[in-house]
Amino acid sequence: MIKTEELLPEVREVERIIVRFAGDSGDGMQLTGDRFTSASALFGNDLATLPEFPAEIRAPAGTLAGVSAFQVHISDHDITTPGDAPNVLVTMNPAAMMAELPRLESGGTIIVNTDAFNERNLSKAGYEANPLEDGSLDGYSVITAPMTDLTKQVCKDIGVKPRDAERSKNFFALGLVSWLFSRPTDPSLHWIREKFAGRDAVIAANEAAFKAGHAFGETAELSASRLAVRPARFEPGTYTNINGNTALSWGLVAASQKAGIPIFLGSYPITPASDILHELAKHKNFGVRTLQAEDEIAAIGAALGASYGGHLGVTTTSGPGLALKGETLGLAVSLELPLVVIDIQRGGPSTGLPTKTEAADLLMAHYGRHGEAPLPIVSANSPSDCFRAAYEAVRIAVRYRTPVILLSDGYLANGTEPWRLPSVEDLPDVSVDFASAANALNEDGEEVFWPYIRNDDLARPWAVPGTAGLMHRIGGIEKEDGTGNISYDTENHGRMVAIRDERIRKVADSYPPTIVEGDADADVVIVSWGSTWGAITSAIGRMRRAGRKAARVHLTNVYPLPNDLGDILLRYDHVIVPEMNLGQLSKILRAEYLVDAKSICKVEGQPFTAAELHHKFQEMTR
Amino acid sequence: MTEVATTTKKDWTSDQEVRWCPGCGDYSILTAMQLLMPEIGTRREDTVFVSGIGCAARFPYYMNTYGLHAIHGRSPAIATGLAMARRDLDVWVVGGDGDMLSIGGNHLIHALRRNVDLTILLFNNQIYGLTKGQYSPTSEVGKVTKSTPMGSLDTPFNPISVALGAEASFVARTHDMDRAHMQEIFRRAHDHRGAAIVEVYQNCNVFNDGAFAALTKKDARAEMLIPLEHGKPVRFGPDGERGVILDDGVARIVSVAEVGVDALHVHDETAADLSVAFALSRLADDRESPTPIGVYCAVDRLEYGGGIDAQIAAAQADRGPGDLEGLLHSLPTWEVS
Repeated sequence: MIKTEELLPEVREVERIIVRFAGDSGDGMQLTGDRFTSASALFGNDLATLPEFPAEIRAPAGTLAGVSAFQVHISDHDITTPGDAPNVLVTMNPAAMMAELPRLESGGTIIVNTDAFNERNLSKAGYEANPLEDGSLDGYSVITAPMTDLTKQVCKDIGVKPRDAERSKNFFALGLVSWLFSRPTDPSLHWIREKFAGRDAVIAANEAAFKAGHAFGETAELSASRLAVRPARFEPGTYTNINGNTALSWGLVAASQKAGIPIFLGSYPITPASDILHELAKHKNFGVRTLQAEDEIAAIGAALGASYGGHLGVTTTSGPGLALKGETLGLAVSLELPLVVIDIQRGGPSTGLPTKTEAADLLMAHYGRHGEAPLPIVSANSPSDCFRAAYEAVRIAVRYRTPVILLSDGYLANGTEPWRLPSVEDLPDVSVDFASAANALNEDGEEVFWPYIRNDDLARPWAVPGTAGLMHRIGGIEKEDGTGNISYDTENHGRMVAIRDERIRKVADSYPPTIVEGDADADVVIVSWGSTWGAITSAIGRMRRAGRKAARVHLTNVYPLPNDLGDILLRYDHVIVPEMNLGQLSKILRAEYLVDAKSICKVEGQPFTAAELHHKFQEMTR
Repeated sequence: MTEVATTTKKDWTSDQEVRWCPGCGDYSILTAMQLLMPEIGTRREDTVFVSGIGCAARFPYYMNTYGLHAIHGRSPAIATGLAMARRDLDVWVVGGDGDMLSIGGNHLIHALRRNVDLTILLFNNQIYGLTKGQYSPTSEVGKVTKSTPMGSLDTPFNPISVALGAEASFVARTHDMDRAHMQEIFRRAHDHRGAAIVEVYQNCNVFNDGAFAALTKKDARAEMLIPLEHGKPVRFGPDGERGVILDDGVARIVSVAEVGVDALHVHDETAADLSVAFALSRLADDRESPTPIGVYCAVDRLEYGGGIDAQIAAAQADRGPGDLEGLLHSLPTWEVS
């Protein structure tokens, strides 16, 4: 447990704060934000984060294209989004000021590294005059600090060269912000020592910079008052701060452990999915096999091959990769083998916005294969919910012998939040039963194994090579119902198409009843899926606090849709569907239930803010 | 390993009707395989044939083993996953020149360089059969087909050169007119640890009949096929009167009488440097010149799945088997009571 600092008398308590760290890609803002987040998590705040970085690894220094930002929302109560407008903006250079100032709440606090505001940087950012001097920041509360120089000074005293010292200036910023928001300092100092173990000069420089930043806050007469956010009231348990891709990876590991079959991950590096490959590659002691394949097609092919062999085949990708995997997905639908396909959605089409979020792959997940090729689709609500979603995808894949697509997105992948660790014993059953015996009689009355005999779920047996007596041949050509032999019979094809459709629809029989949250007597229901969960939760909260009744349904199984959803939707006058696409779920709901679903669309590489949703809800339900 | 029961060709023959065109070279390859299997001493249930699309890709349906008839070009990738996951299995990959070298070229070269434990049979008939007669990536320049009425412009691949360029650890060539040779080469390929590829000259009697006749006809073989035998001088001809020398890295056919036996290249299939094997593969750039058959190279190199298993074993030795509770607690945690 972390010892919390005594709150000093001049500290003003607030319920929540949104801080945005912004600087050049090389300024270490992601790390600074991440450290601030971790210290807050250990302190016990609820939080949510939104990292944003350019697609270029090293965009030209000092330019708008090179601005990297990290937003964190910390709170003493339950929150679901990284927040709308930041209260505090940390700007390490003029480009960050230019790019990020418009987001800041009016009258918000700006913390500036004045050393970076020289003529050259100002001109690169497109400033004709220095905003620190021309009065354009009037109305904001501005805290200036020559962070680079002060860092160099303290580092000089301990013998670190100025060039190396400059790299530590983000720790100065972290120290200052930690002071300003009364964060405990121990976790950050501890982290520095662990992270840079063996590099004593780096530890010394970073520690010195951090302490200098903290001391600067204590000694300088700052115009802003010091703020504190008390720990949030969480349900009892053990918590960790986790991002979506890590939670998703752990969900796969957990399901594989529970199922008793090892993970085989075939993957080709692609933003923002690569971190799942990195994470799973670390866990070879769980028997995880990872293959960095030659391309997206090989990645899913190898995963399918492993599934055929009785492993848990998984492939991870983002939109462009899912497009490439389409043909193999069709084969997996035809082979009726378990396979988990993870799409961490990003802005599209084509290369689109690789580092920005979007959720416009829903219809591709539904229909992006030739022929009638249905498969279940699962989605994740929040960073920590990626654990549940991955587990659910495995459950369906294994039980129903089908490829499953799990939709997450860039926002969930990199965003973090506190997560109450689940109890391993309480994780749902995902047991696997491999076929071991003959299941039919042939014309001569002999016991034989037919690969397309079905159980009550309409799932066929998973008969893995190495099992004596069950040798069989399967493939992508249409199969005869039952025997699985090649069949070009047209009536049989019609029957198989119908069976494949029905067997996926039956997956919905395994869902719990759909949860309708909010007011039972509302006339409006907000229907959603994926990462919009947090912003919608927050917006509905505002709406209801303002006296407007509302209900909401958030789907985690996007296909097949829950059996009770149609009846639920018909109870409401207004059905509103906010989506980070041009209305894909809404189109499906209209087609499926003949309801007048109205879309709220945002396809700008950014998640919805609660404020904009609240505003839209009000407008649409007047 | 428990004793493997004795089997016959019949045990390895599935109940499916074979549907290749009458006279297709694939029949003799299938027969060679079904006769070989009882001799290899492996179990049917431990044997998997994986294929893509094309005439050759129907092969798995006719073997009474596990079989996966997948999609065009992807069989090396799919088999890679299977072989990595299940090192206890014998995984064979069967495909044609279009499947393996055109749409699946990328997967083939990567399976070879990774040295995944696969036995890959590339049936090369230099034509697209199942789509009814378009030129293939191994068709000769100028080939007139439905899709190239004025003759093809594409330089063909030499499959052996491609495989060697892809760092294959076992590369061989055989042909569909010599069952004994096929069986010997298939057996060698099967026994090899890692990726083994065998190019099988195969006749498509419907769309490209006689493509290899000048080489594989019974009365032409002695004159036209250059047998590669480990540790022996490379020579051929009815009386061994011709041979192969390496001339500044280039393989040339010579008269043994002129250069003397000692000048002939002595074949070393285990040479880790594949440049000599590559030089041999360049000997025939048409279908009318003497062509080496047999094992070009058989090099011992880390087998991919074994490497992965070793990493898993090392991780488990180092950190113990996976502990889910431990994983969930591996980032900083805090308690709320």
